[in-house]
Amino acid sequence: MPLLVRWMIKAALAYFVLALLAGLVEVAGGPLGLSLPGTHAVFLHLLVVGWITQLIIGVATWMFPKFSKDRPRGDERLGWATFALLNAGLLLRAAGEPLLGDALQGAARWAVAVSAGMQLAAGWLFVINMWPRVKER
Amino acid sequence: MPRLSTWMLRAALVHLGMGFTLGALILFNKGFPVFPSVWATLPLHRELLLFGWLVQLALGVAYWILPRWGTRRGATWLGWVAFATLNLGVVSAGTGGWLLGSEVLILAGRLLEAISALAFAIHAWPRIKPPGA
Repeated sequence: MPLLVRWMIKAALAYFVLALLAGLVEVAGGPLGLSLPGTHAVFLHLLVVGWITQLIIGVATWMFPKFSKDRPRGDERLGWATFALLNAGLLLRAAGEPLLGDALQGAARWAVAVSAGMQLAAGWLFVINMWPRVKER
Repeated sequence: MPRLSTWMLRAALVHLGMGFTLGALILFNKGFPVFPSVWATLPLHRELLLFGWLVQLALGVAYWILPRWGTRRGATWLGWVAFATLNLGVVSAGTGGWLLGSEVLILAGRLLEAISALAFAIHAWPRIKPPGA
């Protein structure tokens, strides 16, 4: 299994655990008197983007038809950029979104805005890199 | 990879890109609410990513790798029906929830998606078989 794929799948597994912890925080927040309004969205996106989508991206990078003999996974730089942007963007969102409306609102606003751009770039870079590998034999 | 899978997987990639684009606009708007009307696209964002990306990717990969009979994959036409109805369903339910707030379009979309699921299940059922069968 290539290095990039190992990083993606291990990160996906970490998000699986993190997502369920976020779900736990969301449910426990009320009884503990914590007010974290963005926690539900963070829980959903850690699960659906961090775990499910990243697992798919990792397995597709590994198993889809080869781009060419010399470059089986297409442009690996795009693959690494996808990995970095997706994870940095998602972590930034997880840190920023629950703080919107809080004392740290200014920083939180920028965190979610930058996070949006990073995840958008990650999604399209994956599409661009994977497109030529989806082909008839 | 068979032709139908390439269509499904490329359509899934397009839905992923579009779904991420809407998601990014909504998320940016949470930080800087410069275009609040973008919130109306939330149903389309969900539809694109749940059915257009995740479900369609699963169908495309399943059509590709499930056991075959030699080179044959059984009732191929049912797979094409699943592909067409799923994508029409995503467009109908997604735009119904977004642009028009139309219950009729949402219902039509859900019906098309259900037909897609039925067609794919009928196609794939006999392919779930022991080796050599």
